[in-house]
Amino acid sequence: MSNQLKGVSNQLINELNLEKHDLTKMMYDMILIRKFEENLKQLYQQGKIHGTMHLCIGQEATAVGACFPLTKEDKITSTHRGHGHSIAKGTDVNKMVAELLGKVTGYCKGKGGSMHIADMEVGNLGANGIVAAGLPLGTGAALTSQMKKLGYVVLCFFGDGATNEGAFHESLNLASVWNLPIVFFCENNLYGMSGSIKEMTNIESIAVRGASYGIPSETIDGNDILEVIKATTAAVERARHNNGPTLIEANTYRWEGHSRSDARKYRTREEEKEWKKSNDPIERFKTVLLENGIITEDDFAELNEKAIKQIQDAVEFAESSESPSLDTLMTDIYV
Amino acid sequence: MREISYSEAVRESMSQMMREDEDVYILGEDIGVYGGAFGVTSGMIDEFGPERVRITPISEAAISGCAVGSAMTGMRPILEIQFSDFVVIAMDNIVNQAAKMRYMFGGKAKVPMVVRLPSGSGAGFAAQHSQSLEAWMTHIPGLKVVQPSNAYDAKGLLAAAIKDDNPVMFYEHKMLYNVKSEVPEELYEIPLGVADIKREGKDVTIIATGLMVNRALEAAEQLAAEGIDVEVIDPRTLVPLDEKAILQSVKKTGRVLVAYEAVKRNGFGTEIVSLIAESDAFDYLDAPILRLGGAEAPIPYNPELEKAAIPQVHDIYQKCLELLNR
Repeated sequence: MSNQLKGVSNQLINELNLEKHDLTKMMYDMILIRKFEENLKQLYQQGKIHGTMHLCIGQEATAVGACFPLTKEDKITSTHRGHGHSIAKGTDVNKMVAELLGKVTGYCKGKGGSMHIADMEVGNLGANGIVAAGLPLGTGAALTSQMKKLGYVVLCFFGDGATNEGAFHESLNLASVWNLPIVFFCENNLYGMSGSIKEMTNIESIAVRGASYGIPSETIDGNDILEVIKATTAAVERARHNNGPTLIEANTYRWEGHSRSDARKYRTREEEKEWKKSNDPIERFKTVLLENGIITEDDFAELNEKAIKQIQDAVEFAESSESPSLDTLMTDIYV
Repeated sequence: MREISYSEAVRESMSQMMREDEDVYILGEDIGVYGGAFGVTSGMIDEFGPERVRITPISEAAISGCAVGSAMTGMRPILEIQFSDFVVIAMDNIVNQAAKMRYMFGGKAKVPMVVRLPSGSGAGFAAQHSQSLEAWMTHIPGLKVVQPSNAYDAKGLLAAAIKDDNPVMFYEHKMLYNVKSEVPEELYEIPLGVADIKREGKDVTIIATGLMVNRALEAAEQLAAEGIDVEVIDPRTLVPLDEKAILQSVKKTGRVLVAYEAVKRNGFGTEIVSLIAESDAFDYLDAPILRLGGAEAPIPYNPELEKAAIPQVHDIYQKCLELLNR
């Protein structure tokens, strides 16, 4: 990591005034997301996961950082690359793995799979298989909060690819004219499936699009969790105090391919290596915590062990669970 | 009993439901002081204010998704799509989101919303403002589809649709908006999935939907003058469909005409014919089942061409004679 990057984080850790407990919990959640995803790769290779899945390794800081300022009552909408968002919002890992294995103990009773994990009880309104679909849904959830005076804020996660969908533009406009309590959080991981954002838009940053709708926007380093926390906290506060939506563009990188079938021909191995080596969000956060005496190497090793154990337990839970019975094919279509 | 128009009946149903339940609100384009393209929401903003009669930008993709998102978090939105043709711009939210959310999430969500869709031809609006696309919606598990043919049904079915915890596509016919009939003042519900025998008869069954119910009744009057006794069945809701009522009537008359305004090819009438063909009512048929549907063409502008594009009273009359070999 460059000294410049370290400097920013060291400054922020003092400025944000975070509790040791919170910092450790966030470190743990980031590790947990990575272990979760690494484990899925193995399960997939073993033929235990059906269909496809979209891994978020390398994007742990955006998920955990953006969810940090949210309360349990606040809501998120997520994407096809949503495992990290779910874990960061408090969704149960056991039920997530069970869903990925298609078991009846999974969040969707085995009917949704990776792209439809949702947990209303912790404010997770669901991953979504349609790019940009979470934005209008989140806008509606924010309208409920405003109309019923419920006080909650909605944070919509979406990728850079979603910002060329009409639903992105229409939702930003609608949320702005209605002054809704919502944060539009773009994880710009540089690629929509294979399409590089540079080839798909003719603008320097996605954040400039906020200006078209009168929405304050900024571009941040999405691999620095402290910068994510700072920007999201301000946006959530703005929303909570009836000051309307914010657009955040968090720059990050998708380590894996789009899905399991992706041979990654559209980018170089050198580019991937560089991001992994010098811009790993977990390593960066760990360094800051070590340098500021928040945790020790031993603590980190312990967090790592604990996460591995939690994932092992989740896999065990999922593998020992039953498959749904065939008669559930026709249930839950209508209320 | 007093008579009110179909459009007044729709408005009265919404207003009474909004007085009863604070979670019910309406959103759509130009539905405020303008009163909506067909005047259906006229005056509602004065009673309920701009919070609950919510005018939106021309953004079908956002407002339909916004309706779904608010429904899944505790509201009961009524979304007015200005012309039913514009639903195609909202299709992702209806087909991929609203219809599937409950199933995809293992039963942990519900989407209580009504999408109101002024549909049909006859007003000179041409190809992009006159379609009858209700059959598209019936193909999607998770959606309910309602198609009232008169003011009384419109009021009661809409109340039931608003109370329903599922997404309901509510097809209003723009040529029926000014048609009056007897409608009780108090709020009442007509359960979704119950057909209505609009006219009892023993010689021929006409199963008709939407505007065609009215035309079938006119044709039945003319046929009665010739001693032919026609039964007219209005399914009222396409999903869920009252199969029993349809099959009973088929068994009674043994002669069936299915009449609908949508393009004949793969219109909902095709489903009704299949239902009869696959059932034990098939054995009661004394003649092949006949269908009358719209021309397999876009709706044209010229009034004579427009008329020719969908079944008229005379077409229904002729087909009934054909069924009786007369």
